[in-house]
Amino acid sequence: MKIREIKEILGAELLCGECLDGDVFSACCSDMMSDVLAYVKDQGVLITGLVNPQVIRTANMMDMVCVVFVRSKIPTDDILELARESGIVVMRSDLRAFDACGLLYSAGLSQTSGDKHA
Amino acid sequence: MPDVLKFHFDVDGSDFSSAGEASVLVKKKLRQLGYPADIIRKVSIAMYEGEINMVIHANGGTADVEVGEKDITIILKDEGPGIPDISLAMQEGYSTARENIRVLGFGAGMGLPNMKKYTDSMDIDTVIGKGTTITMKVNL
Ligand SMILES: Nc1ncnc2c1ncn2[C@@H]1O[C@H](COP(=O)(O)OP(=O)(O)OP(=O)(O)O)[C@@H](O)[C@H]1O
Ligand SMILES: [Mg+2]
Repeated sequence: MKIREIKEILGAELLCGECLDGDVFSACCSDMMSDVLAYVKDQGVLITGLVNPQVIRTANMMDMVCVVFVRSKIPTDDILELARESGIVVMRSDLRAFDACGLLYSAGLSQTSGDKHA
Repeated sequence: MPDVLKFHFDVDGSDFSSAGEASVLVKKKLRQLGYPADIIRKVSIAMYEGEINMVIHANGGTADVEVGEKDITIILKDEGPGIPDISLAMQEGYSTARENIRVLGFGAGMGLPNMKKYTDSMDIDTVIGKGTTITMKVNL
């Protein structure tokens, strides 16, 4: 799935990042960065309701390419600046995390990048 | 005598918003130096977990990274409270972090086991009331 499609499916607002043509195969959702650090393998997208600089730094450490802030959370400029420096696409959506994940899952994004996405 | 590249950082324990900065810089440097992505990921995750620990559990400290011929060494040194029971602290899910840390997205008790998982060696030297030094190596 293209990052552009994620934006469309979630009706999300793009906050930073130019290239939306990158492909992502799987996503994860958590407000605990500890769990993201411990359990994420190759998920390219992080969906979270937590807003702080560590969200972006955690995504950077895990080589993730896109962060979606849900529940209408609005990241501050310094958070977006960090994302720009790391080349991470950031968007925000008014959806709740559960709904955002459900929509993406139904559209073919899962937690593991199986063969069907290869 | 092979060259060893060294990086030194002071990790501010009073400002949570900057926690993780040093690890981001190290990751950027290692990318510029052209190391393989899996090596960079191991080093950066292990260092990041340790850096966050110094901020939330030990009021900050210092981080040193030495990039050698055979391995990359990460040394995290703090003058915090020390770790009373290392084997307990190494267990997945064990955390002394309270709600004020959990709302920041940390405190699941996964950091130390994760540091062990992503490195080839990890040594914890801790003295109660004096501080903790964690030395980790990732083989190249
Ligand atoms: N540098 C340190 N100084 C003092 N105590 C520490 C230090 N690092 C870890 N600890 C202790 O070890 C426990 C386990 O650490 P660990 O990193 O595994 O989990 P956590 O930091 O509590 O949560 P998480 O890493 O999942 O966000 C901590 O809760 C804390 O009590
Ligand atoms: Mg920790």
